Amino acid sequence: MPSRIVIVGAGQAATQAATSLRAGGYDGHLVLLGNEGLLPYQRPPLSKAYLSGAMGLDRVVLKPMEAWDEDKVEVHLDAEVTALDRQAKSVTTRDGQTFVYDALILATGSRVRALPCPGADLQGVHYLRSIADADGLGQDMQSGKRLVVIGGGYIGLEVAAVARKAGLEVTILEAAPRVLARVAPPVISDFFQTLHRDAGVTILTDVKVTAIEGTDCVAGVALADGRTIPADLVLVGIGIIPNAEVAREAGLKAEDGIETDVDARTSDPAIFAIGDCASRPLVHYGQRRGRLESVHNALEQAKLAAAAILGLPRPVEEAPWFWSDQYDIKLQIAGLSTGATYSVVRGDPSQKRFAVFHLDADNRLLAVDAINAPPEFIVGKQVIARHGQLAPARLADMSVSMKEIGAGA
Amino acid sequence: MAKVTYIEHSGTEHVIEVPVGTTIMEGAVKNRVPGIDADCGGACACATCHVFVDAAWIEKTGKPGSMEESMLDFAEGVTPLSRLSCQISMTAELDGIVVRLPAAQH
Repeated sequence: MPSRIVIVGAGQAATQAATSLRAGGYDGHLVLLGNEGLLPYQRPPLSKAYLSGAMGLDRVVLKPMEAWDEDKVEVHLDAEVTALDRQAKSVTTRDGQTFVYDALILATGSRVRALPCPGADLQGVHYLRSIADADGLGQDMQSGKRLVVIGGGYIGLEVAAVARKAGLEVTILEAAPRVLARVAPPVISDFFQTLHRDAGVTILTDVKVTAIEGTDCVAGVALADGRTIPADLVLVGIGIIPNAEVAREAGLKAEDGIETDVDARTSDPAIFAIGDCASRPLVHYGQRRGRLESVHNALEQAKLAAAAILGLPRPVEEAPWFWSDQYDIKLQIAGLSTGATYSVVRGDPSQKRFAVFHLDADNRLLAVDAINAPPEFIVGKQVIARHGQLAPARLADMSVSMKEIGAGA
Repeated sequence: MAKVTYIEHSGTEHVIEVPVGTTIMEGAVKNRVPGIDADCGGACACATCHVFVDAAWIEKTGKPGSMEESMLDFAEGVTPLSRLSCQISMTAELDGIVVRLPAAQH
């Protein structure tokens, strides 16, 4: 067993790794290196309850310093790791501190994709990844102001919902023909477009942003079709990039994310990668690998890495899952729909309670998107993880309960 | 602050002062009480913070909302005393509440 474990990162994956190592009986030296100057915190509320003001900083922080002390974790919060020396088994921070490890866990997360157009650095252009980002955006979000959201993904839609509730005028600009195009089927996109439009949001699809206009502050967003959408503030939510550079420079295999095996181990047996920065085998989906940008993935990979380091049995992998809150709607997604050949809608979208099941040619369930429909989500998640098959006609029949459907799969 | 007694499945008790306005789940997670995972952080999205409220206190916690009820329906070993602890906000009235934790959350 190692006697010095260093965790690079201070997000949800890093926190869970530390917790699981201690819970699993590790009593050696444990170092956590964060670079935001803040104790580890949850990111999901930043586009929801934290942004709206319903949840303060003390509640977003995962646990207080005393809890870290009790777990005997040496926490550094201004330690940005800039180099990894695999021969010396050490990492070095920007300010020159070196930390030696027997086992290293990279939980370096991701950063926002920058908008590649003129004016993107004007005052009033926001991204949303950190507490600092959320604070900056929140300060600018005053009732009556005009917010333009660039990117109709989860971050953009969640911020739009909070902004509408706060009395802002909101326009969402999406390059694809529909919002959530990368992550959800058309019926889900349609549902959210209707939801937001009913709440007073303007949604423009198939539009290309060419510039942010303004002198010091943002004044508008210019589109390729010649229109300019007036704006007092802009939120850019066009995806994230895994922080894999340090690993790559050290010679670890890392194309789109740091590549790991099923135990979250990288191509160097002493180094693990977990969370947003990692590309993992998608064990419920044949030979595929990929990055999963979710809390569930962060927690699960942290547990896998801890178990592997301590020589404990590998935790059972769940189907990937994810959630989003917008207005009074809870979207819960389990699984990955890539490779599905057809889908079945259960329930009625106009009732704001339905689910879309994605199946392959053998009627095997690959994914479910559930709107205010926990039974569909929970049963679907279980069926996906055991690679179960479902009869489409039964699935669409609301008189058959999800418990019955799950029992037969 | 209001007092919460968490009783692990093994019988180990944790008595914690939890700030009013925060949830029973948060009190457990922030004080390293094992047995409440709360993967979703309190969004009522994962059903991994299931607790059994002591019978003497269940009335005072109020009724679960429809999302919570629906999630709870699939929790392991659910009873009429089951709640998702992320959906119980601490109030002065709940000072002294006792909750029991299930064997496992997954």
